[in-house]
Amino acid sequence: MEFGITTKERSMTITLRGELDHHAARGTMQEIERAVEAALPLQLVLDFSGVTFMDSSGIAVVLRAQRRMQALGGAAELQGTPAQAKKVFEAAGIHRLISIR
Amino acid sequence: MKRKPSNYIALDFLSRSVNEGFARTAVAAFAAQMDPTLDELGDIKTAVSEAVTNAIVHAYPDSLGKISLRASIFEENLLEIVVRDWGCGIADVEQAREPLYTTGGAERSGMGFTIMESFMDALQVRSKPGRGTVVTMKRRIAMRSNGR
Ligand SMILES: Nc1ncnc2c1ncn2[C@@H]1O[C@H](COP(=O)(O)OP(=O)(O)OP(=O)(O)O)[C@@H](O)[C@H]1O
Ligand SMILES: [Mg+2]
Repeated sequence: MEFGITTKERSMTITLRGELDHHAARGTMQEIERAVEAALPLQLVLDFSGVTFMDSSGIAVVLRAQRRMQALGGAAELQGTPAQAKKVFEAAGIHRLISIR
Repeated sequence: MKRKPSNYIALDFLSRSVNEGFARTAVAAFAAQMDPTLDELGDIKTAVSEAVTNAIVHAYPDSLGKISLRASIFEENLLEIVVRDWGCGIADVEQAREPLYTTGGAERSGMGFTIMESFMDALQVRSKPGRGTVVTMKRRIAMRSNGR
């Protein structure tokens, strides 16, 4: 998994590239947490447009990022989510908990 | 008696997480001969990834063990996938299949079986504590007469 991080004012965008499965999940969580701790943004946008595959391991990653943002008084959202990952989120009902575009 | 498959592959691998990608990609490459759509291939890869990840994460939590994967093609474009482990097993399969049920803590969401069920046409889970688990999934690939 590759990461790109851009921050503008209190809004941070993390771009994920690669396959988000159990093998990649722990490193992805750590990368997101490290970036959030360093900049303390109020808005976190996870850009999923480069995620070529995702399974349920990605759900825990996203929900954890959202909890972290809520603890900071902010919010997280997803953008550019490809059809395969979107289907996984929808089957699990996650689109009711976080904005997925 | 069950009909014989017209084709199958069988793979054994060690429960290392790096093999998750290998397993789902191998099944997708095998299933390509059934002329699936990209959406169908995505569903199959996702379901395989869920079953294999469960064997890696839950069946052998503190050790490495053997996982066997078989994909078979039956009449009328039916794909059957069997993922087997010889790990800790599941005491209550019905409970394990409930959405949100997990023994995996904060790193898991308890949605794996729910996803397998919704992405495949049939899901069967057989397990014995201390002996292991066999997950069997079936998916019919739509026949397409004209090209896409
Ligand atoms: N192969 C297996 N061996 C032993 N236990 C298993 C196996 N597969 C599943 N389980 C048990 O069933 C539970 C539910 O599995 P499921 O895949 O639905 O959720 P999860 O793996 O906990 O979380 P997620 O798949 O969302 O990351 C697991 O937490 C585990 O207790
Ligand atoms: Mg699982």
